[in-house]
Amino acid sequence: MSTIVADDHDLHVDHSHDGPVKGWRRWVYATNHKDIGTMYLIFSLAMFFSGGLMALIIRTELFTPGLQFIDPAFFNQMTTMHALIMVFGAVMPAFVGLANWMIPLMIGAPDMALPRMNNWSFWILPVAFSILGSTLLMPGGAPASGWTMYPPLVLQTGDAFPFLIFSIHLMGLSSIMGAINVIVTIINMRAPDMTLLKMPMFVWTWLITAYLLLAVMPVLAGAVTMLLTDQFFGTSFFLAAGGGDPVMFQHIFWFFGHPEVYIMILPAFGVVSEIIPTFARKPLFGHDSMVYAASSIAFLSFIVWAHHMFTVGMPLTGQMFFMFATMLIAVPTGVKVFNWTATMWKGSMTFETPMLFSLGFLFLFTIGGFSGLMLAIVPADIQYHDSYFVVAHFHYVLVPGSIFGLMAAVYYWLPKWTGHYYNERLGKVHFWLSTIFVNMTFFPMHFLGLAGMPRRIPDYSTQFADFNSIASIGAMGFGLSQLLFVYVVYQCVRKKGPKATTAVWDNPQGLEWTVPSPAPHHTFDTPPRITSKAAFS
Amino acid sequence: MIRKIYMGVFALLGAANANADWTLNMPKGVTELSAETYEIHMVVFWWCVGIAVVVFGTMIYSMCAHRKSKGAVAANFSHSITAEIIWTVIPVVILLIMAVPSAELLIKLEDARDPDLTVVVTGHQWKWHYRYQGEDVAFYSSLARSSVAARRRGSGIDPETVENYLLEVDKPLVVPKGAKVRILLTSNDVVHSWWVPELAIKKDAVPGFINETWFSADVVGVYRGQCAELCGMDHGYMPIVVEVLEEDVYNEWLDRQKGSSNVAADGDVR
Repeated sequence: MSTIVADDHDLHVDHSHDGPVKGWRRWVYATNHKDIGTMYLIFSLAMFFSGGLMALIIRTELFTPGLQFIDPAFFNQMTTMHALIMVFGAVMPAFVGLANWMIPLMIGAPDMALPRMNNWSFWILPVAFSILGSTLLMPGGAPASGWTMYPPLVLQTGDAFPFLIFSIHLMGLSSIMGAINVIVTIINMRAPDMTLLKMPMFVWTWLITAYLLLAVMPVLAGAVTMLLTDQFFGTSFFLAAGGGDPVMFQHIFWFFGHPEVYIMILPAFGVVSEIIPTFARKPLFGHDSMVYAASSIAFLSFIVWAHHMFTVGMPLTGQMFFMFATMLIAVPTGVKVFNWTATMWKGSMTFETPMLFSLGFLFLFTIGGFSGLMLAIVPADIQYHDSYFVVAHFHYVLVPGSIFGLMAAVYYWLPKWTGHYYNERLGKVHFWLSTIFVNMTFFPMHFLGLAGMPRRIPDYSTQFADFNSIASIGAMGFGLSQLLFVYVVYQCVRKKGPKATTAVWDNPQGLEWTVPSPAPHHTFDTPPRITSKAAFS
Repeated sequence: MIRKIYMGVFALLGAANANADWTLNMPKGVTELSAETYEIHMVVFWWCVGIAVVVFGTMIYSMCAHRKSKGAVAANFSHSITAEIIWTVIPVVILLIMAVPSAELLIKLEDARDPDLTVVVTGHQWKWHYRYQGEDVAFYSSLARSSVAARRRGSGIDPETVENYLLEVDKPLVVPKGAKVRILLTSNDVVHSWWVPELAIKKDAVPGFINETWFSADVVGVYRGQCAELCGMDHGYMPIVVEVLEEDVYNEWLDRQKGSSNVAADGDVR
């Protein structure tokens, strides 16, 4: 496996200096997994703030009834762009960044298996999002059909339409290359003694995620390509007038879309499974059953897609199947939550910022899981569907789910990356502000949805005014709290905190804690021997 | 966590005394099936609350009792097949308990046979069209003028002063009380969705296809809803109003409508 690296002349030269090249070449020509990981993380942070700004525009308009600031057409552009940027620009690249940084360190590999493809898969992203962002300036404005891009509505998009399709193709390309890299690295470059079932949970969940990506990103590419040909080449895949079926698009989209939601949460499961044992000072409970649970979730994610479409007019038997299959997902997800609880049980817990974010994840993601179970019940879903209840549900699993998982990961590994501790007090303040405001933003949305407020509307009846105001204030607070996060990270990167030890935390398990802090530019030039009996299980 | 508990308590208190402006829960509605939908919603909700109390309670207890600052020493157990089997089987049983009544209700919701009245509902960007099958009655139903005037940016009209802001139409769908009304849905352009929470009905209007749903309202009154599927710029401005009348009043209304063209009549129907 290491022959790949040894054959590479440039990298070989790097080895003798054991340091990065200076200047812009370090980043543009980057092949080092740590540099590429850093770029992924910075890019996703920038996207997190762009998408967040759009969310704040939406919440500002929704603060009171009546239109105050923006017109309905622009409102729809904001909801669409917010979702596309957060899903494809913020959450997914952030987890790929973590994978780049941590997988080689956790499995004892010198780098990712395909370093040049790694460079390519990152640098496609700024291009893709420049194209997507530029649609805001085009005649007809940015895409406004929702990130789900349902035809025939999406075909009413203005000049932005082909650019939307092209940017999604590019994002898919980037994800597929990232996924290939993760799979090849994990399968081929593990330290000699690390069998598959000895792998840390973060590596496991990413392996499963990478297979999900590989399976469904081409499906999305196919779906949007069919939209493209319907628009420009006279096909009628989704046009009833030509014998096509608009609902077929929804089936294809959600065949991608449901595994996609697990793509966004499984790596967060992995992160939390690393952090809770460290701060409970106790091994992860049921490591192997966690692996099986994650695999079951991944499998089930392929056979539940139509639960996003219960009002679309399906046969009774179809609705039954998708209801039961969806309810089944609660079982492996429950196993994971119970195992995390059992990991905490009789531990010796401390509550540093990564642990706080993991515990916040545990509670709030579970709330999102409960509303997910409610949404699986078809008769009830007919009422919830396309209402703010759904908005509350998926933001609970995405913000205090995926985003809290990311925050926890950054605080957990930041001292390893920078060689310095972050400001623990500010980190905790960041956690509490985030937790209070995230609930203030999204909890009232359950009530709005149940009371009958549809999603994706720029203005609403006066009876919905109070909870919307609360949600808007919460959103502002959440957005501003994230500036504190940037400040804490910046301080840490500028080496303002105390120097981190090699172990960083109190006896954490895993190979990443055996290399110095900060992790040198090149690590594990020779594969490590795993001697510790308790290292991974 | 404290926030979570607070929110939970808040939800419970609110459910007890629902206020018009602080509605916390799904309406029970005015049909037999809307009441059953509400029931199943509450059953699943209380199961979730029960599970949450047990799971969150365990976590909170553990966080309080097993902390290093209290001198807790970590145990070293890391797996138990028995535990894994228990917390796999118990959820399966709970899910089965939920699944059976859900499936039964779903079967009833899908049974649109033998209707007393069939209305063909066609979605347009951005208004609804209603055609009473077998009667010479058809009309468009669009956002009421009072809301149209107030909805524009800079209109100077406070939405609070507009009665049923964004939930009023010029001409509502009128149906008789107690009749089984079958709704056939289609669309003229993009996908729309016809949602009236009090009737517990939501069904997509898909161009080129016909969807079917039904309701039977037991209480005379006016029930309001909105388009639920993003359908373009004015998606938020195509409300649905269903007026349920006593059968004789309905028949008088129907007689007055006979021969109405497809152009929206301006007549005051109520």
